[in-house]
Amino acid sequence: MGLEAKLNGNSFFTTTVDALTEWARKNSVWPMPMGISCCAIEMMASGDPKYDIARFGSEVMRFTPRQCDLMIVAGTVTYKMSHVVRKIYDQMPDPKWVIAMGACTSSGGMYRSYPVVQGIDQFLPVDIYLAGCPPRPDNLLNALIQIQEKIGRTKARDFQDKPLPRLTVVQPNGEFLQNN
Amino acid sequence: MEKLTKDDVHPKILEALLADSNITLEDALENEMILNMGPQHPATHGVLRLLLRLDGETVMGCVPELGYLHRGYEKLAENMNYYEFIPHTDRLDYLSPMSNNVAYALAVEKLVGIEAPPRAQYIRMIISELARVASHLVAIGSLAMDVGALTVFLWTLREREKILDIWDILCGARFTNSYTRIGGVANDAQPEALAKVKWFIDQYLPNLDECERLINTNRIFIERLDGVGVISADDAIDIGLTGPSLRGSGVEFDLRRAQPYLFYNEIDFKVVTYPDGDSLARYFVRADETRESIKIIRQALEKMPQGETLLNQPKKVLPKKTEIYSRMEELIHDFMIVNFGINPEPGEIYHAVESSKGELGFYLVSKGDGKPWKCKIRSPSFVNLQSVPQLVKGHMVSDVVAILGSLDPVMGEADK
Amino acid sequence: MASPKELLEQRLNEKFSGENFIFNEHRNELTVSLDKKNIIAVCKYLKEEPELAFRLCEDITAVDWATRKNRFSVVYHIYSLKMNFRLALKASVDEKDCNIDSVSSVWNTANWHERETFDMYGIHFNNHPDLRRMYMPEEFEYHPLRKDFPLMGIPGSLSLPKNKN
Repeated sequence: MGLEAKLNGNSFFTTTVDALTEWARKNSVWPMPMGISCCAIEMMASGDPKYDIARFGSEVMRFTPRQCDLMIVAGTVTYKMSHVVRKIYDQMPDPKWVIAMGACTSSGGMYRSYPVVQGIDQFLPVDIYLAGCPPRPDNLLNALIQIQEKIGRTKARDFQDKPLPRLTVVQPNGEFLQNN
Repeated sequence: MEKLTKDDVHPKILEALLADSNITLEDALENEMILNMGPQHPATHGVLRLLLRLDGETVMGCVPELGYLHRGYEKLAENMNYYEFIPHTDRLDYLSPMSNNVAYALAVEKLVGIEAPPRAQYIRMIISELARVASHLVAIGSLAMDVGALTVFLWTLREREKILDIWDILCGARFTNSYTRIGGVANDAQPEALAKVKWFIDQYLPNLDECERLINTNRIFIERLDGVGVISADDAIDIGLTGPSLRGSGVEFDLRRAQPYLFYNEIDFKVVTYPDGDSLARYFVRADETRESIKIIRQALEKMPQGETLLNQPKKVLPKKTEIYSRMEELIHDFMIVNFGINPEPGEIYHAVESSKGELGFYLVSKGDGKPWKCKIRSPSFVNLQSVPQLVKGHMVSDVVAILGSLDPVMGEADK
Repeated sequence: MASPKELLEQRLNEKFSGENFIFNEHRNELTVSLDKKNIIAVCKYLKEEPELAFRLCEDITAVDWATRKNRFSVVYHIYSLKMNFRLALKASVDEKDCNIDSVSSVWNTANWHERETFDMYGIHFNNHPDLRRMYMPEEFEYHPLRKDFPLMGIPGSLSLPKNKN
């Protein structure tokens, strides 16, 4: 079976750190399903037996941002919601990527109205804009493959100087603890 | 845990949360705890935010906070003509877009005073029942997932995908369909689509039984729902519940029976009710309702006549595309309707249908222009959500999830 | 047996003699226009009279007529499970005296409907238990469904999160 069959006993192989981390990172992208509206149902459909996002190593949808490296913003972001989206994005550890799933997330789409943010790139860095209202699950899988390609081009040193996100933790005795 | 600040919760919301207790904001954290649930939470079915006041794990008070998905539908409707709003109705209750289309088309037809041909009405009936099945499947699956049974969700989604495939054949879109037109449907149902509907209803019931075998005798599932979130029939009517949530309290109220639209008066079906009024009863109602829907679809397929699927009424109904391209008169009518609208005579109507969540109503006011003067959407999820504070009181935090799942709100239509 | 419409007309005129009810029918739907000061009394009567029994309040909203003297109409859609009949009640509200009594003491469900109407139109409901905004953030100053509010909103009235990095 696979790699193990070729490696006998105490074998080893050589590679660069970058190549290894890229390979590991891009095949186990853990998405943060920021499901807001209609697109969220299609995002769910991409996890169902027919489309099966598990084939690309991304079936582990985590609802806590601290375990994720890809945020799929699925659905119309209103001004009221934008603060929440940004807050969750800030809690995700680096390196992180964002897919703007669907027309309203990318540009406001059909909702040219007062409460809707006309494109989430006004407050978030977006890596992939995904067309469709909502995009079919196949299209979401395509976006995931594009993200994997993009991850494949990153180097470990790209993230060396990034500061840690600022966290405030309440201790059991009521004191506040801050990491920087 | 991060400390709650004024940016997170507006003082007015906290005030409402603490209204019926004698505690103040300063000592709230000592005796009782305020827990924020949502808007980003896997079990709130979208972007509902609940603020819970807890004593230990018991819920003492609850304030739902809506509006995270408020997209301004009613304002949009006032700024576009009647036809342009059809795609917007898809995205209201995005679990059953087809029945929203039908509801809106029926409302506008009532305002204009026209009626679609019989074949179109039968097609509408079939698609709204299919939409109901699709929506209830998600409701059942996600309720089971919320209380910890993950397999059911995958199985019900598998069934739902088959319905989406039917829609794919029918109108070319699998999710947001916009298939209904004012005065009919976009195109006749193809033989392949109808054959697929037949195939689906034949194989659906055994598959539903299979799903039910997984959970109906599962002790964890039953005990998580039995006796949780009880609401009596009188309270349910008073708080305005409709749809499966009301019928779970034993009230036999179904608009398909009470005020028949389309051809529901010619169809034999049962209005499913369960007397208990708890989350389990609401689940049973949903499961049994899909069986009734299958019955309705079977009868509708048998009774469906041949004929036109779009009304021939050039001043009010958009002509078919092929005719626009080949005939002068149709081209002019198309131009007039697209640019100036269909100008219904002044007046106001309210038309409601029984959608999968409850009573979906459209209140349209016309001043004789091409655009509606006012379009109010009476969305069932919005009203059903209002019962949440009443239902969760005295229960545990984990029951909140089960209760929300059994109400099956869709935030797209609750927030509008 | 009298039709629901005749029954209503007769009962309302009997019970509230001297008040001016305008009965209007459009596409088989009955609308009753009444004075806003009567709204609670009429609603209570319609709900509690056993023959009428309008126990289900389906919807409360308002219409902004923009140029008319009484700028707003508050519209109530109520349903009688007993008669299978839907009735619309309409009460006019002037912009200068922009308030009406809350019917949330009659139907519990009116609570959120009235909050929504307050949010969207700025009509104040007297004696409402919890009159807050329904959809828009509390800091928002305008009422979006009024006809003088532009579709794309007023720039700067809603905030976006600040970029931290």
